[in-house]
Amino acid sequence: MISLEEIKRFLLEYSGPEIKLMEVCGTHTASIVKNGIRSLLSKKIKLVSGPGCPVCVTGANYIDAAVKFAISKDYTVLSFGDLLKVPGSEISLSEAKALGGSVEIIYSPMDAAVKALNNPEKNFVLVAVGFETTIPAYALLLDRLVEQKISKVKLLTSLKSIGPALDWLCKNEPDIDGFIAPGHVASVTGVSVYEELAGKYRKPFVVAGFEAEHVLVAIYDLVLQISKGRAEVHNLYRSVVSDRGNEKAREIMERFFEPSPAFWRGIGVIERSGYSIRKDFMDYNIEIPLKVESIKDKGKGCRCGEVIIGRIEPHECKLFGKACTPTNPIGPCMVSQEGTCGIYYNMSE
Amino acid sequence: MVDSKRITMAHGSGGSATKKLLQDLFHRYFQNDVLDKMEDSAVLDMPSGKIAYTTDSFVVSPIFFRGGNIGKLSVCGTLNDLLVMGAEPKFLTAGFIIEEGMDLKDLEEIVKSMAFEARENGVKIVAGDTKVIEGHGGIYINTSGIGVINQKPFHASNVKPGDAVILSGALGNHHACILSHRMNIENSIASDCAYLGEMVQNLIKAGIDIKTMRDVTRGGLATVLNEIADSSHTTINLTEENIPVDPEVKSFCGILGLDPLYMANEGKLVCFVAGDDAERALNIIRNSKYGEKAAIIAKVSERENVPVTVTTRIGGKRILNMLQGEGLPRIC
Repeated sequence: MISLEEIKRFLLEYSGPEIKLMEVCGTHTASIVKNGIRSLLSKKIKLVSGPGCPVCVTGANYIDAAVKFAISKDYTVLSFGDLLKVPGSEISLSEAKALGGSVEIIYSPMDAAVKALNNPEKNFVLVAVGFETTIPAYALLLDRLVEQKISKVKLLTSLKSIGPALDWLCKNEPDIDGFIAPGHVASVTGVSVYEELAGKYRKPFVVAGFEAEHVLVAIYDLVLQISKGRAEVHNLYRSVVSDRGNEKAREIMERFFEPSPAFWRGIGVIERSGYSIRKDFMDYNIEIPLKVESIKDKGKGCRCGEVIIGRIEPHECKLFGKACTPTNPIGPCMVSQEGTCGIYYNMSE
Repeated sequence: MVDSKRITMAHGSGGSATKKLLQDLFHRYFQNDVLDKMEDSAVLDMPSGKIAYTTDSFVVSPIFFRGGNIGKLSVCGTLNDLLVMGAEPKFLTAGFIIEEGMDLKDLEEIVKSMAFEARENGVKIVAGDTKVIEGHGGIYINTSGIGVINQKPFHASNVKPGDAVILSGALGNHHACILSHRMNIENSIASDCAYLGEMVQNLIKAGIDIKTMRDVTRGGLATVLNEIADSSHTTINLTEENIPVDPEVKSFCGILGLDPLYMANEGKLVCFVAGDDAERALNIIRNSKYGEKAAIIAKVSERENVPVTVTTRIGGKRILNMLQGEGLPRIC
């Protein structure tokens, strides 16, 4: 049994070949920065952040659609807080609200049902963004909307599945040696998606929790595996993640949603990497056309797309901390609490 | 004592309804020798030397919350602002903007709280104003305060390398309490709204070498420390595990994705003292009202690249910025 102090010493003194690890989930990025994890690692262990921020990987045209609904006077847009400041191609929902648009913050998808019941004359559009962590909650909302015959809530969805994005990364960013796998996503999906990837691309995946100790132990596990040429999936977050995941959550997800193509900022369209509402429940869906945006973020020098896939670190973007700050964000990475640039800004020098 | 049930536009007209409201409510509870003169301005005997003068407006919603109400907040907040400059609060003014429809019983409750806090702390409310506007029964209060400075004023520029930073208690309670009310989340988190006069008087009486202090309100501890570090051109090195946070507040923050370092408090101060005085100051604060959970949370050093660093619980090091934008709860 190894102690935490020994793990910390190992990681600080590691002098083997350079290792590049990707932490996918924005909450891991936040934990790594908040706990000063990088200051505890040897310079030979490089951590990059991946596309695990649902707000950051959402395309600008999605925000534009939400803004349009907010300003239209026909709808009230319901959104989680950290989506409010994400810039579309013109303005954000927050700015739309300041211009008189109808936007309200929610803390849970279920709030939409409550609001609809309390305001039967209003039409609501719920900005439904998230990965498998959150999708079952949207499914539960749909279940309630159907059961209670609430017709005035529609979902504008940008729901994604992390597995296909990881597959893309393994294929297109081969210098990533291992992955700290998203913990909360795994609590729903289970670990099989990582096992497939580990087998296919011979890279290790470690499912980790979010406390400082969890992250350090996950990095230690990955470094050991890579040093020994192993490519296994280790679930180190058993308090929350069972290997099989949450079958009930997946059942309700599958009842209302089906896989569909999805656009990922920085990547492009990946087949079967998103979730759309099934045809039977189309009454609860509000559509935007799946525009294929150029992978490069529009003008302004924004390099969020490259940050999201770990190709560059935030400080390598000329705008970081200068033209692009949390109070004046140019790209979504600077806005969201899960966004790499926003998080790194709090450890900027 | 007050007849009609709700505030109407008549109460703000300056006529008989106004007079009755002032008599039956404000003057009844706030009464003192200055206010009782009922003149257009308060005439005050002021000492020679320095005074501290501050103002603040209070717009909190809900107006009643566990641990206090907007009235208590409006008095304690302004008194604390004077206190942390090293001033002894003496006089307050209170301006009310009341939306018609406000329940008079609620208004009476608020005014009673204000009178109580003022009297408890030897402060007179010497001038006031009332306006009534259209609305839905809300209330906004402005208080301004004058205090007398009897010793060397506290200034951020007094802070030097080697000084210690003491936090008077646990972070985030007020902010978490208000959010809990707004979001209908059941818990026992109460606002820490309080005037911290006793703690500071005890420090001064004991001859502690106080460099500066601040109350830790909007923007949270992180913002206050950044401001002081910049004003004094030093770096403040925070030790994360020394920062007190109540378990219930910690859980609440964990669920919503909030950080206690950025949350508003209404009864907490951060105090910079000479390093040699740190332990003694800590004991004094711990033995004062509202200071039981005080802790030494940081040391001041020569200016490095950044204003504030944190040694994290796990031994890592990172930088602590001031609050950017507003703290928004997150998706997942």
